[in-house]
Amino acid sequence: MNLYDFSSLTQSIHQGLSAMMAPAWVTVTEMVLVGVVFLLFYALVGLALVYIERKVCAFIQNRLGPNRVGPYGLVQTVADLIKLLFKELLMVHKADKFLFNLAPFIVIIASFLAIGALPFAKGLQALDLNVGLFYIISVTSLTVLGILLAGWSSNSKYSLLGAMRSGAQVISYELSVGMSLLTIIIFSGSMQLSVIVDSQADGWWLFKGHVPAFIAFVIFLVASTAETNRGPFDMAEAESELTAGFHTEYSGIKFAFFFLAEYMNMFLAAALAATVFLGGWQPLHFGGLEAFNRVMDFIPPLVWFFGKTFALIYIIMLFKWTFPRLRIDQLLTLEWKYLLPINLVNILVVSWVVLKGWHF
Amino acid sequence: MGIEAVVLLFVVGLFLVGSAVIFAHFFAPKSENHSKFEAYECGIPVRDGAWMQFNVGYYMYALIYLVFDVEIVFLFPWAEVMHDMGTSAFVEVVIFFAVLGLGLAYAWKKNALKWQ
Repeated sequence: MNLYDFSSLTQSIHQGLSAMMAPAWVTVTEMVLVGVVFLLFYALVGLALVYIERKVCAFIQNRLGPNRVGPYGLVQTVADLIKLLFKELLMVHKADKFLFNLAPFIVIIASFLAIGALPFAKGLQALDLNVGLFYIISVTSLTVLGILLAGWSSNSKYSLLGAMRSGAQVISYELSVGMSLLTIIIFSGSMQLSVIVDSQADGWWLFKGHVPAFIAFVIFLVASTAETNRGPFDMAEAESELTAGFHTEYSGIKFAFFFLAEYMNMFLAAALAATVFLGGWQPLHFGGLEAFNRVMDFIPPLVWFFGKTFALIYIIMLFKWTFPRLRIDQLLTLEWKYLLPINLVNILVVSWVVLKGWHF
Repeated sequence: MGIEAVVLLFVVGLFLVGSAVIFAHFFAPKSENHSKFEAYECGIPVRDGAWMQFNVGYYMYALIYLVFDVEIVFLFPWAEVMHDMGTSAFVEVVIFFAVLGLGLAYAWKKNALKWQ
């Protein structure tokens, strides 16, 4: 099905540019194009997610949410961003100035590096490494470095406690994220994201992989919610205990970047779950229902990708607004005494299933 | 695009944060006030800094994490060839997991996973 193949588009852009200028300039122009597209995409998704979260929160708490700025309050987050841009940048006098300024760079760059490797549609992927999944896991774990630096360099007790909690939480749940993704690598036999998506053309791994894939999917959702420091696992910035956790001392646009990075990490987690377990941009197919499959093929892959991603984001947001916050010892117990042993057994079951060829 | 996309994404992230911070540096208002630049402690006067010795209750988890994270790095290449290698890969990973599970059980028994 090549109805919506983006590689022809990128090729025609490449050819059009080659006809106009020297090869070196073509590369530079393409780089700038991709960079601008990513920048716009990042800002747009970030703003949209803040708006969606406030609306979901309002819906659950039986309020209206933002509804004054623009139609349905759609421009509210833009207004907030402009306000934050013109706010004074405060810094504690006794803080470590270099590390304090470095921390927002690290969190934003880490999320940028990870989002670049996502396959949005066929041929629409900036970075298709043969170790794609491994790359994303390793790059996202850089975020904890930024959080620890932010907390420590502020020279504030709330920040330090928040950063320490966050460090313990993120590294613990990183294990579960890695292990639940491992099951799909065993199934598909590749770490390359485009290959993993292609292997789901006849059915998503959530359905093809029987029960173990479903267990891995649930574990991934829980663990990645915890890894992105979102409620009910938002111990790092528990408002009622630690003011704002690791970014207590940040103000203005630097604070906004921590906020933005958190939302983009949530987008990344949902997009990764959609790509690996729910077929990415592949349409929903059922074996034997030829007519149904044809109809599904006509829905563009970008719609499929973002539909799945935002459905998962909605679930993650529901987690935050409906569950009470866990205590830190309950959180670590959940990871080390439940998720980790279940994951180890699950991987063994998956490799047995693959060995016997029981998956579809 | 190949591996150079990593550099590109790095530069784009740098540009986003850098330009916004520089913009705020020039256009945001500035005013001097002593208590504005003190660490936030719910309004009471600040006592000492935060850079002091305190018991990090999480260090045991960090140690166990180190062990398991290295194991996962070993598991990724195994997962990729599991499909082709068949029985021998399965037997090896069972032995591997037995040792790993023994380690986890030991840590559990020694109360390393207990909050204190």
